[in-house]
Amino acid sequence: MFYEKTTKVLYIDLSTSKIEIKQRTDLSEFLGGVGLASKLLEETMRPELPPLASEQPMILAIGAISGIYPLITKTVAMFISPLTGELGESYAGGRLALALSMAGFDAVVIHGKAPRPSYIAIDGGNVTIKDARPIWGMDSDVVGQFLRDSGEASGKRSILRIGPAGEKMVKFASVCVDTYRHFGRLGLGALMGSKLLKAIIVTGDKTTKIKDFKDYFKTYQSIFKAVTDTDLMSKYHDLGTTINVKVINALGALPTKNLTVNRFEGADQISGEAFGEKNLVRKIACTGCPVGCIHIGQFRRKFDEGYDYESVSVAYDYELIYSLGTLLGISKTDDVLQLIEAVEKTGMDAISTGVALAWATESLMQGIVTETETLLPLTFGDTENYYKAILNLASRINPFYQTLGEGTRFAGAAYGGEEFALQVAGNEIPGYHTGYANLTGLTVGARHSHLCNAGYAVDQSIKTFDEKKAVASLFDEELERCLLNSLVICLFARKLYNRETVLKALQAAGYPLTDDHLTTIAKRIYSTKLQLKEKLGFDPRKVELPKRFFKTPSMHGPLDSSVVERMINHYAEKCSQLLAEKI
Amino acid sequence: MRVLRAVEMNRCIGCLSCMITCAAVNQQDHSILKSAIRIKTSGGLTGKFIGIVCQGCKDDVPCAEVCPSGALVRRQAGGVLLDKDKCVGCERCVTACTVDAIHFDTDIKKPIVCKHCGVCARFCPHGCLQLIEEVQ
Repeated sequence: MFYEKTTKVLYIDLSTSKIEIKQRTDLSEFLGGVGLASKLLEETMRPELPPLASEQPMILAIGAISGIYPLITKTVAMFISPLTGELGESYAGGRLALALSMAGFDAVVIHGKAPRPSYIAIDGGNVTIKDARPIWGMDSDVVGQFLRDSGEASGKRSILRIGPAGEKMVKFASVCVDTYRHFGRLGLGALMGSKLLKAIIVTGDKTTKIKDFKDYFKTYQSIFKAVTDTDLMSKYHDLGTTINVKVINALGALPTKNLTVNRFEGADQISGEAFGEKNLVRKIACTGCPVGCIHIGQFRRKFDEGYDYESVSVAYDYELIYSLGTLLGISKTDDVLQLIEAVEKTGMDAISTGVALAWATESLMQGIVTETETLLPLTFGDTENYYKAILNLASRINPFYQTLGEGTRFAGAAYGGEEFALQVAGNEIPGYHTGYANLTGLTVGARHSHLCNAGYAVDQSIKTFDEKKAVASLFDEELERCLLNSLVICLFARKLYNRETVLKALQAAGYPLTDDHLTTIAKRIYSTKLQLKEKLGFDPRKVELPKRFFKTPSMHGPLDSSVVERMINHYAEKCSQLLAEKI
Repeated sequence: MRVLRAVEMNRCIGCLSCMITCAAVNQQDHSILKSAIRIKTSGGLTGKFIGIVCQGCKDDVPCAEVCPSGALVRRQAGGVLLDKDKCVGCERCVTACTVDAIHFDTDIKKPIVCKHCGVCARFCPHGCLQLIEEVQ
């Protein structure tokens, strides 16, 4: 944490209720965030045991300068993913980074399994494990309300919680952070559920004197100005990420109806503009970010005759409109928000849920499964049944939903229909069918996300495709993001936090590093992550990509699987070279 | 002279840039606990944000009235300025303020009092906080 060379790590063993705080002096070369969390995961994970064995850890970490500069607002979670069986890495905004900083911890390592449903309350050095039996089973939003009223710390406290899906260990269950943000991807919610850990409350009252006010505030101001006075961030503030609905659709890269097609006829009806005009009621921000990209949409639902309405507010983004909209053939903004509400309450990753239901729909259409299994006549565009299906999935109501709750790859292998199970290495795909860089990027990316290396952006920026250049670009981006994620900046600010700005910000907070240091740190982190993946048995060359990716044309036309294979091999060589380097 | 007002709290996004910069500029501290203004939620994030700021009381100034050592000096435009040397740290001002706008700095045992400098308003991205010229 700022000005300090030691790293303060909180260890919580839920099995024994043992709580330990260690001042580590050997971790500064990982800077913090994803670097620190990777190292702690390496130390504590048990690759020989299943992902949900009670011994497995979940790690939360913030960066060296979290909370003191604009948009350095995220917390990273690392764990073994119950969904993919390998590296789990997920990010959440909200207030968590500031709360951890004020509690005085760079990282928290939680392992073991509580003897009964529990929640953890971290108030600075005062850490208690409390009884969660009365709140076990509660929806994610309701449990948040209860815990919020249980203590006084409004405005600086962060509340993490899981919904019923996490308790049932749906492998893509999410963790909700402060109502509108999530550790969404790769199943951290299932891991918490397996530990009988319903929630974590974080607060603290640490204060830290600024050492060099002039230098710090000058840097703060220049970053703040770049955020608010230039158009660098306006995309995220104005329409937000949903601006992409029209853009990606026009390119012919928008996965629609389980990627049977690459354009959606209803895209205009659920575009960012449509949401902005019909449903957007406010925007809010993560603590420390003047952008305010969290778009809150509202809709009203009639629940009885006699003008009885309820109003529902949920946060929406591009990925959710894709997964719970275009992928399911839904073309009304209210309907998309309704499905978002269902995944919020139950606590599941919106992308994985949408992909799983799209697979189920096509499987039903093709006769791979019948209505006896799905219990509902799932059809593209049928919101009402999808809403019910989400509840069935979260409660794992019958053997079919039990299987689907293991993930789309697992369901495809169990029932058939693997060729249209839209996943890469077990992780359900984000909303881009842009081309080779995207497919390669998802395969080789440390967490199989578009956020690992932005392959979708590489595809969109290239004029003439060059395999080698695309691979180099993916590799360099992944490497640089290891650095940015060690600071745990919001990746929307990746252009703002160039090397020069990062160095200045670190310098003013007591870290006189050089550009070379940063390069070494990035390489060290990436190597550590690659080694973790190896230990967990991952080899990108063994990933089998579903045939659907090569059947439905991308924005660059039909794709050839042998090109992706070559690119993956080439990327793997670059990884081997990095691992051979002495860092 | 001008006073700080929370005029458009409906537009607040809860970024707390105001608290971060107030604490940094006025107390040279990284912690939002050192801020003279507070942004709170009412009923969690689904509710509205509330700005707890010094109301700049003019004629009747409860905090100054209860101060036993004359450490809170009235500002002409409203509100008070803290004379740290005179302050005895009794916390009476904290309880006297009807809107809870005075906080106690437990590190130095003195109250944190808004001096209406307006740095918070300068860093408010939506103009929720504003420095307003009070008409005499």
